[in-house]
Amino acid sequence: MATVEIKNVRKSYGPVEAIKGIDIAIQDGEFLVLLGPSGCGKSTLLRMVAGLESITGGQVVIGGRVVNDLEPKDRDIAMVFQNYALYPHMSVFDNMAYGLKIRGVDKAEIESRVAKAAEILELGRFLTRRPSQLSGGQRQRVAMGRAIVREPAAFLFDEPLSNLDAKLRTQMRIEIKRLQDRLGITSLYVTHDQVEAMTLADRVLVMNHGVAEQIGTPLEVYQRPASLFVAGFIGSPPMNVLDAVIDPSGQGVMMPGGALLPLARPRPNDANRPVKLGIRPEHLAINEDGLDTSPVLVELVEALGADTVVYGRLPDGEPLLIRMSGLPSCTEGDRLAVAPQPGALHLFDTATGRRLED
Amino acid sequence: MQRRVIFDNKLLPYLLLAPQVAVTLIFFIWPASQAVWQSVHIQDAFGLRSEFVWFENFTAILSDPNYVGTLRITAVFSLSVAVLSMAVALLLAALADAKIKGAAVYKTLLIWPYALAPAVAAVLWMFIFNPEIGSLGRLLNAMGYNWDYRLNGDQALTMVILAASWKQVSYNFIFFLAGLQAIPRSVLEAANIDGAGPVRRFWTITFPLLSPTTFFLLVVDMVYAFCETFGTIHALTHGGPGKATETLIFRVYQDGVVNNDLGASSAQSVLLMVILIVLTTIQFRFVERKVHYS
Amino acid sequence: MSNEHTAGPHSVGRRLIDLVPHIVLIVGVLIFAFPIYVTLIGSTWDAATIGRGSLPMTPGGEAWTNYSQAWSESHGERASYTPVRLMLMNSLIMALSIAVGKIAISILSAYAVAFFRFPLRMVFFWMIFITLMLPVEVRIIPTYKVVADLGMIDSYAGLAIPLIASATATLLFRQFFLTIPDELVEAAKIDGAGPLRFFFDILLPLSKTNIAALFVILFIYGWNQYLWPLLVTNSADMETIVIGITKMIGTGEAANDWNLIMATTVMAMLPPVAVVVFMQRWFIKGLVDSEK
Repeated sequence: MATVEIKNVRKSYGPVEAIKGIDIAIQDGEFLVLLGPSGCGKSTLLRMVAGLESITGGQVVIGGRVVNDLEPKDRDIAMVFQNYALYPHMSVFDNMAYGLKIRGVDKAEIESRVAKAAEILELGRFLTRRPSQLSGGQRQRVAMGRAIVREPAAFLFDEPLSNLDAKLRTQMRIEIKRLQDRLGITSLYVTHDQVEAMTLADRVLVMNHGVAEQIGTPLEVYQRPASLFVAGFIGSPPMNVLDAVIDPSGQGVMMPGGALLPLARPRPNDANRPVKLGIRPEHLAINEDGLDTSPVLVELVEALGADTVVYGRLPDGEPLLIRMSGLPSCTEGDRLAVAPQPGALHLFDTATGRRLED
Repeated sequence: MQRRVIFDNKLLPYLLLAPQVAVTLIFFIWPASQAVWQSVHIQDAFGLRSEFVWFENFTAILSDPNYVGTLRITAVFSLSVAVLSMAVALLLAALADAKIKGAAVYKTLLIWPYALAPAVAAVLWMFIFNPEIGSLGRLLNAMGYNWDYRLNGDQALTMVILAASWKQVSYNFIFFLAGLQAIPRSVLEAANIDGAGPVRRFWTITFPLLSPTTFFLLVVDMVYAFCETFGTIHALTHGGPGKATETLIFRVYQDGVVNNDLGASSAQSVLLMVILIVLTTIQFRFVERKVHYS
Repeated sequence: MSNEHTAGPHSVGRRLIDLVPHIVLIVGVLIFAFPIYVTLIGSTWDAATIGRGSLPMTPGGEAWTNYSQAWSESHGERASYTPVRLMLMNSLIMALSIAVGKIAISILSAYAVAFFRFPLRMVFFWMIFITLMLPVEVRIIPTYKVVADLGMIDSYAGLAIPLIASATATLLFRQFFLTIPDELVEAAKIDGAGPLRFFFDILLPLSKTNIAALFVILFIYGWNQYLWPLLVTNSADMETIVIGITKMIGTGEAANDWNLIMATTVMAMLPPVAVVVFMQRWFIKGLVDSEK
């Protein structure tokens, strides 16, 4: 049980800076998800915490101890890898016990810890099997068992579910969540899958190009994306982003087609300012009155059963995604009058892409 | 070239390499450089002084008609062994690769000669072709053919070529079979549908696709014929009669060990190393183009 | 015969064509087996029968006499030899030392080259690599001098050590090590394994099949050495069995102890042939992999 602090951590490969100074303090027992596209530096950051990559600048502190110069084995962490990284020539029991044996834990203690982990993970029947005799999900559980038996200060997960098929991934996601709730061990979890991030995290750190775009709870990240990048990365289908201008009175925002959308909170200081306007597809509704809204030409309708996604086009040619619950109520070629739900507008600076706070 | 994840340790890698490097330095690099040094020097009769003579030793051996004869015999011998053993191996492999009953049994019965030493293979041939005790040797003579490889140079060369090839067939067979099995069935089936018969399929599809294997084996067999067949020749003919079966290696042995002429044998050793380096370099230049065995 | 008949898949003509591969393969098998058969038969007859050139094609009654005499006695009818049991022991020690030695030093150096980064790494790699180009036969005279200067003539060390550097085995292990996933190494590091523990606990067990495959071809390589043992052994007690046979034969006179020679030959062939036949799977893997 411990806190993990990442203090202005940087990583350079020669002249290339891969991590440009990340700061975050992870509370004891907190589940932090590092989320971002591939190449954003999230895995590198995790590996620096693990001690598998050297730290170019800043500090990593685990349980109050600066671990920059410690070997991975001395950092009191356990890690679960994407491809499981089980020792193929060892039984499930030996895979889990190996780290304890090296640390000189006595035999009875090893057996009881492995037995306990096996029970939690329902691996009891498989202890004598080799990894090659297990299914993907079972292997993943062994990999977690190997981490659990160590009773470490922190768990590090590096895309642990990416090698599993969709159904198993959902199932294992729930298992990981339960496990973490039960054990309460501080966890860092790297993924590019926003669903995993939203469902597992206490807090999410969204990374892009080696910087932290936003740190917040899953709902914060969804409801108040701090940047255009976060806005586009979180949510499916992604947020619509349009070029718009704050109207002269500061009461509303003018769409390219000329329609005026009222702002929840007026911005008189920003009158006539060009902005990026973000609207989530699920926050657009068909406006029955047809007043003050732009007519959207329906180009494609995807009926997903529970939802319907409409690919539309605004009069000036900008694409617009609309997500409605239920079955489709329109077909290709229709013209729809749509309007955003009140308070569902996100404004971003055109130059920096940062959110304009209310 | 190297893995991403490595261990940080300053001393350990050197310790791990030490045994191999020590053996290499003491028994490869040092003697090889000695040979190079000696090959460009001439020692006086007492071995006290040596004089740098550029390539005199080389011009001396290369202008020696005996040595040129040895070179010619080595070339004939090596090429014959390579071509003969490959041709037989390819025929057998092509037949054993076809979907016939008992292919696995044939395979086992054809690969074991790999285990025999070249000298032992030669001895087995002697048991059969010796003009006095060998059944076939006696049969040839009884049929009126004057067979005695101990007296007739051409017969001696034929004998060592056959004995050396006989032993090498199994090696080539294993590689041809692996090469054949790596050829996708669908390619041959396509040719079949295009109307090509089995023989035509073999020469227009299979054989070209096998060419990396063939080329690789050609080099390996040449190296085998150069080096390992010393045992064959030593056991059968001792390079004779006369110098009819004296290959380069055998001559180095004769000059260096039997006649104790270090200067001449060093220059010969250097020439041999050059030939070997050329052969292996050719092999590695083409190594990427080799078939992938599954 | 009409066209319809020859075209049918079960026609007599077609069946004869199907037989051709079998006939050719059987002829091939016989060509390889015949000399062995003759030797086996010869080892069961007396020297005079063989020397007369009238060796029958069926076994004689002298097998026990011949084999037991060759196995333990140092005298035949016509000359004195090193007993087979001694020569087999020498060959076995040489073959095992070469195979085990090559594997041991190669796996260590492959480990160093693949898993560590250190100054002069590539220099060492190329130094090992060039040994591939210089088989013992081509550097025989200078190497012999070194071994003589080190006082290793007529010793097992002199027989084996100069032959145990192996670029082939090093390359094979390195190739295999490069296929080990990075995550496996990282998992071991996090579990607390240092480089030596990783080597013994993880890498060595994972290399088992490669080691077995290499062992087969290197054992045969060692067993079949000829020129080198011929040079570095003078004493009869150090003779290996392959050398022993050709020494017994000499110039191939009819008056040799052919019965003993043939029995000796059979015993010289048995160990390597047994290794190839019983470890066929590994043998083929070792052969094909190591030439990749």
